[in-house]
Amino acid sequence: MADVAIPRAKPQMTEAGAWAQLKHNRNWLGFWFMVPAMVFLIFFLAYPLGLGIWLSFTDTRIGRVGQFIAFENYEWLWDDSIFWLSVFNTLLYTFVASAFKFGIGLYLALLLNEHMPFKAMLRAMVLIPFIVPTVLSALAFWWIFDSQFSIISWSLKQLGLINQNINFLGDTTWARICVIFANIWRGVPFVAITLLAGLQTVSPSLYEAATLDGATRWQNFRYITYPLLTPIIAVVMTFSVLFTFTDFQLIWAMTRGGPVNATHLMATLSYQRAIIAGQLGEGAAISSAMIPFLLAAIMVSWFGLQRRKWQQGENND
Amino acid sequence: MSSVQIRDVRKSFGNFEVLHGVTIPIEDGQFVVLVGPSGCGKSTLLRMLAGLENITSGTISIGDRVVNNVQPKERDIAMVFQNYALYPHMTVADNMGFSLKLRNASSDEINKRVKRAAEILALSPLLDRYPRQLSGGQRQRVAMGRAIVRDPQVFLFDEPLSNLDAKLRVAMRTEIKELHQRLKTTTVYVTHDQIEAMTMADKIVVMHDGIVEQMGTPLELYDKPDNQFVAGFIGSPAMNFLKGHVRVNGVASFEGPNGVKLPLKTAPANSDGRPAVYGVRPEHFTIADDGAEAEIIVVEPTGSETQVFAKLGGEQVVAVFRERHQFNPGDKVRLKPEPSLVHLFDDATGKRMNA
Repeated sequence: MADVAIPRAKPQMTEAGAWAQLKHNRNWLGFWFMVPAMVFLIFFLAYPLGLGIWLSFTDTRIGRVGQFIAFENYEWLWDDSIFWLSVFNTLLYTFVASAFKFGIGLYLALLLNEHMPFKAMLRAMVLIPFIVPTVLSALAFWWIFDSQFSIISWSLKQLGLINQNINFLGDTTWARICVIFANIWRGVPFVAITLLAGLQTVSPSLYEAATLDGATRWQNFRYITYPLLTPIIAVVMTFSVLFTFTDFQLIWAMTRGGPVNATHLMATLSYQRAIIAGQLGEGAAISSAMIPFLLAAIMVSWFGLQRRKWQQGENND
Repeated sequence: MSSVQIRDVRKSFGNFEVLHGVTIPIEDGQFVVLVGPSGCGKSTLLRMLAGLENITSGTISIGDRVVNNVQPKERDIAMVFQNYALYPHMTVADNMGFSLKLRNASSDEINKRVKRAAEILALSPLLDRYPRQLSGGQRQRVAMGRAIVRDPQVFLFDEPLSNLDAKLRVAMRTEIKELHQRLKTTTVYVTHDQIEAMTMADKIVVMHDGIVEQMGTPLELYDKPDNQFVAGFIGSPAMNFLKGHVRVNGVASFEGPNGVKLPLKTAPANSDGRPAVYGVRPEHFTIADDGAEAEIIVVEPTGSETQVFAKLGGEQVVAVFRERHQFNPGDKVRLKPEPSLVHLFDDATGKRMNA
């Protein structure tokens, strides 16, 4: 055999420069992919949040740099009945609107999940309130509930059911009902469509199996649909509660918090004190006061959202 | 346990009729397999039996009760689904006990029956697990457990093994058959796999395009298929079909493609010259000096037997030999069908011609 050993090229891998190494380092590359999101979150989320909390400890006004005054703003709010009214309003608004949104949304989702004519069109129609800009729908509701030109009052008068206009947005109870109604109208599509998506992941054969096992339609819902839907319900209701709790546009466009602060939410009160009245420190304290409530809502869903045992794969304990 | 009578059952979806009058008597305790290619209506028929589909016309009775208008849960049947349809949020025990719970059985009663079913199916160590934590075969057994717990009149199986791998399928096949021998519950089993049908059934019902092609024991169907469809469907590798004409000049014979002469034991009366299809199963070929000449194309040994693909009169046929012949592609051999085991079908109707 006359084969000649072919001289091997010297391996040059170790000679690669630091830069070339970095280029192939997954962590390094991953870091740079993360940077845009990080910058975005820091500048538009973390920084404003931190600034808001800081402002709440100062007596900053528009046009004047504030002094650090520790908890004075909060002490002030503690004795402010309007602030407590806004807390009550916000809780009432969130609780009632979310409960209705869940009920109506679930009902619509179950309905749209059935076979029926024009299903696709109906599903699209359900989304309409969601795609109309909030301020536009708020203005529309403002007209619908107007004290002089309300179409509801007009219709009821034509039917002879009432003699004079209902003062929808001028009466404290009516005003609360109206803004809650508008919020429900606007929030139902999100809940309905998300729950519908959840319903469609449930295999029809489960219902068939349950039917053969002797389940009635109610038992099908109670033992199959509802438990399988709970993870999605937890997600959608967390979002719904957060959105409702921090609502601002609808209220501001319809009532500006009136009458007599009956519809002032924490968000609108904060805006009024901080921007309209110029008391940035106090306004910031009001919005910072929302944080514990929001955290509580998130905690509830956090524990609700914990992957249930049946969703896990390997764990055998 | 109960007998089941399916009488002239039809099913239409809109204007489209998928079952054209099906009549199947099922005796008490029988294991009946509905088999056929996909789209033949076998699953629809099973679902009608379960009450998941309406019956367009005809009657289905379980025991001596017509169940056309009886709610599924009142029919006293249990069904095993192709995808098992286990409730993902319930443990194995809860899955199996669900039907009892809906019937307000006491928890002692539920526990007792679930335990007994779990012992039968070797599921006892898995009772606290969730379906996601089980293997395919275990899920299959839970689905059967759910059926057993109810102690129903009739078991329905809808292609229960098609999601399992080949090895497990064979094992579960035996397990289901053993279970049936033990419980003796009337069973209707749907599959598209003729091997499953052959191995498990007391009675096979071959369906095709919404009609019953033939009913009978596995070996009846194998030995005497009523028509060319059943002949081709039952048996693996499938029966060879050769087109040609019946010849009767003193002795009966068959003139196959390109004039190849094939033996016939007897010809039906007045059949001289009639166009027909000659059917011979792969294992009914022998090598004989008076056989028809064929050229070997491919040889596939499987160990226990050897499959030989060959050209006979220009047509491809497959022959199976238990003996270990030394064949090579290109070899010329003389293949002789065993005359007493040959099938003859009418060319136009596909109906069986010989006795």
